[in-house]
Amino acid sequence: MARIIVVTSGKGGVGKTTTSAAIAMGLAKKGHKTAVIDFDVGLRNLDLVMGCERRVVYDFVNVINGEASLNQALIRDKNCNQLYILPASQTRDKEALNQEGVGKILDDLKKDFKYIVCDSPAGIEKGAHLAMYFADDAFVVTNPEVSSVRDSDRMLGILASKSRRAERNEEPIKEYLLLSRYSPDRVKLGEMLSVDDVQDILSLHLLGVIPESKSVLNASNSGTPVILDEKSDAGQAYADIVARYLGEDKPHRFIEDKKGFFGKLFGGK
Amino acid sequence: MSTDPHKTPYAPSVLEFKSSTFSVPVLVLSSNDLVAIEQQLQEKIRLAPEFFKNSPLVLDLQELNKQGYDIEVTELTDIVRKSGLLPIGIRGGSVQQNKQALALLIPVYSIHNIGASAETQKPKKIIPTPEPVTDNASTTLITKPIRSGQRIYSSGDLVVLAQVSAGAEIMAEGNIHVYSTLRGRALAGVQGNTEARIFCSDLQAELISIAGNYKISEDLDETVRKKPVQIYLQNHTLIIKDIV
Repeated sequence: MARIIVVTSGKGGVGKTTTSAAIAMGLAKKGHKTAVIDFDVGLRNLDLVMGCERRVVYDFVNVINGEASLNQALIRDKNCNQLYILPASQTRDKEALNQEGVGKILDDLKKDFKYIVCDSPAGIEKGAHLAMYFADDAFVVTNPEVSSVRDSDRMLGILASKSRRAERNEEPIKEYLLLSRYSPDRVKLGEMLSVDDVQDILSLHLLGVIPESKSVLNASNSGTPVILDEKSDAGQAYADIVARYLGEDKPHRFIEDKKGFFGKLFGGK
Repeated sequence: MSTDPHKTPYAPSVLEFKSSTFSVPVLVLSSNDLVAIEQQLQEKIRLAPEFFKNSPLVLDLQELNKQGYDIEVTELTDIVRKSGLLPIGIRGGSVQQNKQALALLIPVYSIHNIGASAETQKPKKIIPTPEPVTDNASTTLITKPIRSGQRIYSSGDLVVLAQVSAGAEIMAEGNIHVYSTLRGRALAGVQGNTEARIFCSDLQAELISIAGNYKISEDLDETVRKKPVQIYLQNHTLIIKDIV
């Protein structure tokens, strides 16, 4: 049975699109046929992060309006043939989306795909609402700072009360916490909330911690999801997250100071 | 030959009458201008539509009758019902008004706790019409975290087994129990019940209030912060105390 995953946060700039690209690629790399949809109509970014911006012909809104078929709009990823991207429309706004159209596209995708990753826009308005409405699982991306945590909390409330599962009184959406842009050094200095602080506030199952890393910016700029950069810490963190989501037991990493034994010995504080 | 149920020796009793006290909003009128009443009622409801939705209501005509204004109970009830409120009683009405109310199946209450009344000459005892049994004072139980932006309202007590996040708001006409961290706003006795209390196992609330007497987070003493406490009202002052 296909599962719909929404990557959401409430707040902007916390790494939703980076996460969507990485986990979609990770799931596809594991052999699961995966589609990733950009719900940020009007502020299209996922195509850039996925490196397919030059191949966009039709988009999400075209399919909703019946101007193109789903197959015409889906772009096959150049790195992995199990991964397809449905880009957002750049010339429209969120009002172009409607519940019926989105529901139909997701139903069609469910016939063919194992995982459907919905990259939610920031905010709690129409775009974000439709991105989460049909979801089975939610990846809540949070930065270790108070405003991001509060916005995530707000989004969790919306997931629990406004989704289709909530409206139909079905089993609630499974919620997972992804703590991104984490820097153990800054936690130590008291400049950042720790994993424990965030979990204390959100009381949510932690799927993984993604360290603050230069590799994320490099990956976005070059249009290759960071998970393909297997040497980078962020890439490894996302690989762990995908493995954990699929049920593998992986110990958490990147929570402690990344300095090794010698670093601890000589690195001082 | 059918068996008479009254004679069956082992028949358990299927009902009993109990007395119970409810906290119900009372609509006190000081004008008989129905247009103005409707308008102002709508305005009030717009402030908190969820609270007033299907809320029971007692119509108080005492003031009105004291000033010699007459009002048609039938028309007043229409306006109140149209606004989404459910009138469950009338008090302080004239003989004629009480008759109208009863015709609409609205029970008549005596004003026994308000001093002298223009209407009630001879002391009346309890009105024989039984109080309609509503599901009013039931306890609401919440087992999942209450997230930022969510609002919970209980017309009785409210019991929360999970945390209440900052930015969430929980309200109850009775007591509030939070068996986890309370970070949001908690308002007990919102209909004026000064006996209501708030209990929580970790006080970090943004605001606590009992019957409108409130304290904001800044005013909370450090000795009670992050502690299991109970909060109650004593001489219009909020008392925050350890649960011993």
